[in-house]
Amino acid sequence: MSKQVVEKLKANFGPLVLGDAEYRGETTVTVERSEIVKICTFLRDDCGYNFLSDLCGVDYLGRTPRFEVVYNMYNLTDKTRLRVKVLVEEQASSVDTVSGVWSTANWHERECWDLMGISFNNHPDLRRILMPADWEGFPLRKDYPLQGPDREPYQGRLS
Amino acid sequence: MATETMTINMGPQHPSTHGVLQLVLELDGEIVVKATPHIGFLHRGTEKLSEYRTYHQIIPLTDRLDYLAPMSNNLGYVLAVEKLLGITDLIPARANNIRVIMAELTRLKSHLVWLATHALDIGAMTVFLYCFREREEIVDIYEKVAGARMTTNYFRVGGLSEDLPDGIEPIIRKFAEDMTGHLETYEGLLTGNRIWQKRTMGVGYISGQDAIDIGLSGAALRGSGVDWDLRRDAPYCNYDEYDFDVPVRTEGDTFARYKVRLDEMRQSIRIILQGLDKLKPGPILADCPQVCLPPKKDVVNTIEGLIHHFKIVTEGFKPEAGEVYVGIEAPKGELGYYIVSDGSARPYRMKVRPPSFVNLQALPQMIEGSLLADVIAAIGTLDIVLGEIDR
Repeated sequence: MSKQVVEKLKANFGPLVLGDAEYRGETTVTVERSEIVKICTFLRDDCGYNFLSDLCGVDYLGRTPRFEVVYNMYNLTDKTRLRVKVLVEEQASSVDTVSGVWSTANWHERECWDLMGISFNNHPDLRRILMPADWEGFPLRKDYPLQGPDREPYQGRLS
Repeated sequence: MATETMTINMGPQHPSTHGVLQLVLELDGEIVVKATPHIGFLHRGTEKLSEYRTYHQIIPLTDRLDYLAPMSNNLGYVLAVEKLLGITDLIPARANNIRVIMAELTRLKSHLVWLATHALDIGAMTVFLYCFREREEIVDIYEKVAGARMTTNYFRVGGLSEDLPDGIEPIIRKFAEDMTGHLETYEGLLTGNRIWQKRTMGVGYISGQDAIDIGLSGAALRGSGVDWDLRRDAPYCNYDEYDFDVPVRTEGDTFARYKVRLDEMRQSIRIILQGLDKLKPGPILADCPQVCLPPKKDVVNTIEGLIHHFKIVTEGFKPEAGEVYVGIEAPKGELGYYIVSDGSARPYRMKVRPPSFVNLQALPQMIEGSLLADVIAAIGTLDIVLGEIDR
């Protein structure tokens, strides 16, 4: 089922689909960052992915582009999942918000900004959500030390 | 005459916010104009911590997400790691069977606390006492099975930490059979009660379409007429071998969600009883030596067993690079784990999709335009736990 969606995406967006992968029966599609809203709207309206389960950022420190934003979506009608990814550079780490497509993305994107430092263009309310409002730094980044910025780096359990 | 709105603060230290939730409410008289939730007071950095721990060391962290339903959190996590390793089909039938029984007991336990506190918030004291009486029995079963009453840490990647203790099955069966009668008692106190009906019917309304859009899941979604249950639609742990119904109501208000959860508890009892009937002797850990700890008698009696145990405890196991997302039907909704592996013994990234986090997001939509007193009912009906919202 998810295979057909990938074909459909490729047919409609062509070069904007950067790649797709299958792992343990889960389909992942990587798409062009600038068109994420258009692609998500298409997936919601024409492919039935009306439920956004989860949205999060992943930091691949040392790789270019450094970040990924991952959208895990679900089709409530035919019960299939699909994962869509966009690649985000370190310098201009921002993605257009999909909170207009699924309003549930609002808090997920706030969390992604708060912990990973990826900002979302046109987001209605981009504030920190879990960390205090005056916090500096983005804790889930790989170069952020586990015990906080002003302390010795974590040395334990290097087995 | 000029009117102006008043902004008041509710929480984080407030008994009706079920933890450390802060709400800033803008009121026009008694009507809520705008509600802004503030969360994060309980943030412990679970996701960051898990990047520094081996896969087995993370299981105790998951207990502390939704601390009212520890076994469900364990279950979602171990299922995700098993999928990452590709050993889902190797899990023995008995382990899956016990997982289902414990997961459903957990659902009952979580729903009992929900009903107790929800009813107490609205003013029904008696139900609170009854529910905690029954919850105590489940916690006692937990203690006998896992050794702990709240942070159970019972499931393992590949199976269970240990088998059920002798003589526990009749205790679970007796509890499940008695529970049907207890549910009648709760319903007798609430369902036909006119005060209860006035406080819940039409309160905290959300339509099915809005509920999907905002990402509600679990009983909150089924109360708005959306028929979706991951136990049936994406079966895990052999849930497809059990016979149960998915209760759905279309009203979309607090009363509908109350009825859905109570009916769900009846289905949980059915599943537990079926699970006990299916229970057959057999192994409780997958035959997967690179992942599972050896039996204790081998560890203390043979040098190979000791080395094996030592290697798994100190090094852990290394799933190949890849990523999985697994969602399960936790008591509060879809609990998802997204795990990225880079081929090392620790997850490169672990993202928890806590149902309460997403469900709480719907709160402003549910209460804006309604009375201040209904805010309490709406928080109760969403069944949030701040431990998993803040992580």
